[in-house]
Amino acid sequence: MNKKINKSVIINVILALVAYGVVMALIYGGLLGRQAMSIIIPCCINVMLAVSLCLLVGFLGELTLGHAGFMSIGAYAGALTTNALDLPPQIELLIGLLVGGIVAAVFSLIIGLPVLRLKGDYLAIVTLGFGEIIKSVINFLGFTGGAKGLSGIGAYSNYKNFTFVYIFVLLTILVISNLVKSRHGRAICAVRDNYIAAEAVGIKVSKFKTMAFVISGFFAGMAGVFYAHNVGILKPGNFDYNKSIEILVMVVLGGMGNIKGAIIAAVILTALPEVLRSAADFRMLLYAIVLIAMMLFNNSKFRMAMIEKRNLKKAMSIQKEGE
Amino acid sequence: MALLEVKHLGISFGGLRAVDDLNMSIEQGSLVGLIGPNGAGKTTAFNLLTGVYAPSEGTIVLDGENLVGKAPTEICKSGIARTFQNIRLFSQMTVLDNVKVALHNHVEYSLAESFFHLGKYSKKEKEMDERAIEILKVFDLDGQADVLASNLPYGKQRKLEIARALATEPKLLLLDEPAAGMNPNETQELMDTIQLIRDKFHITILLIEHDMKLVSGICEYLYVLNFGMELAHGEPTDVLNDPKVITAYLGE
Repeated sequence: MNKKINKSVIINVILALVAYGVVMALIYGGLLGRQAMSIIIPCCINVMLAVSLCLLVGFLGELTLGHAGFMSIGAYAGALTTNALDLPPQIELLIGLLVGGIVAAVFSLIIGLPVLRLKGDYLAIVTLGFGEIIKSVINFLGFTGGAKGLSGIGAYSNYKNFTFVYIFVLLTILVISNLVKSRHGRAICAVRDNYIAAEAVGIKVSKFKTMAFVISGFFAGMAGVFYAHNVGILKPGNFDYNKSIEILVMVVLGGMGNIKGAIIAAVILTALPEVLRSAADFRMLLYAIVLIAMMLFNNSKFRMAMIEKRNLKKAMSIQKEGE
Repeated sequence: MALLEVKHLGISFGGLRAVDDLNMSIEQGSLVGLIGPNGAGKTTAFNLLTGVYAPSEGTIVLDGENLVGKAPTEICKSGIARTFQNIRLFSQMTVLDNVKVALHNHVEYSLAESFFHLGKYSKKEKEMDERAIEILKVFDLDGQADVLASNLPYGKQRKLEIARALATEPKLLLLDEPAAGMNPNETQELMDTIQLIRDKFHITILLIEHDMKLVSGICEYLYVLNFGMELAHGEPTDVLNDPKVITAYLGE
């Protein structure tokens, strides 16, 4: 048992290093144009968002449509912090990340406590509403720059700072995939599968719903901070429900509750519009077609057979071990 | 003093008296049956005992502790575990994880240790694995520990539910129709298992069942409900030959 766990850890570490090496080679090898360089960090940001939403949609089993709202809270909190500070960029960004994450987590808690009493469609609609409220409030407030936007944010998380951003992407993936394999994560999954049975074995349903919501909000907030320092100017309109849906699509496409899938989907869906830029007018049409094709593939008999084969192999190896 | 004392327990849903003036006294270590025709209020009684519904009146005392007004999670901690009439497993989780969820409050480590898998994580997870496998062995499920619960055959799903309930280390185990949908062989096997767990885990069992062979075979005491009210109670042979009980089941 233990050996198997170690093996998968090693594989994951190698994968992470290879991904890092490839991106660094692309950046410093001069293989990419400016346009392609500019999507490296958005890819990272979307991976963070997709993985954090995966915790809610895939593992807690609740559809939430307000993820962009928490991202925006983090983005504004982080940007306002770094604007107020006068320190070396890396340290400013680090403080900004903490502040952004924590403020977003606090808002998740405040919003989560009443909202998480709802289930299913109702929760989805209410979180959609809260996302829009957050956007409107930011639009209305003075210190956020209102509709004009918040500008003058240092470009601390551009591709030159890839290593820094990448560390936080890995941290997000590590924490959430570890959490899922712990007693707290199991409780969260139990709430998803059957909340009545979960209560009957002593799991406090609302506590674990709130916990998942807050953790997810924290990482969405951090992703928001990177976003702010990547684009340099924040406008409330960037965080409307389209953004929330975009993140949700990544999670669904990756296969609900599949963190690796969410990562891959986030990278592909971020890169796709840029890759398709040469197709000019047909860009969004092709984007939609690729989406549909990927969904069909995910549910195809071919892929099901693939998964079945893998599971069978696993089961056989377990049996062998037992003998 | 008895382990579970229920006095004048009742609940109304609008104008319907689902349970009315129920009195039960269950001794430590006994195996008691709760029977009655469909709609008699048996499952409602279970839901009252486990805090799913709050009773309109009456008291429930487990081992000297009052349970009325407590949430299901607290009642679980106080020592009542249950299974469900319609199976409620964590279907997308493995057999092993189903049991490990129930160990949540018994083997603890902090949230930070969950995030980074440091500190006590490995040690405690190993302890959880061992305890879960030990319980699964009793039900002959340890060979299927890595199978998704929803992929288990029906009879084994029922067993897994009992295993999960046992993992919470209850003083009193409530089984809601454990033999429903089972063939005679499976029922016989289940009867053996129930007696085995009573002896092995030293717990008290209260079960709802329609299978009279099972009820008369293993229960030491019976309570009969009809239309929410207690119709009879006593030794199985006496109760099952009681004309009132036969009338309730078969009609005049």
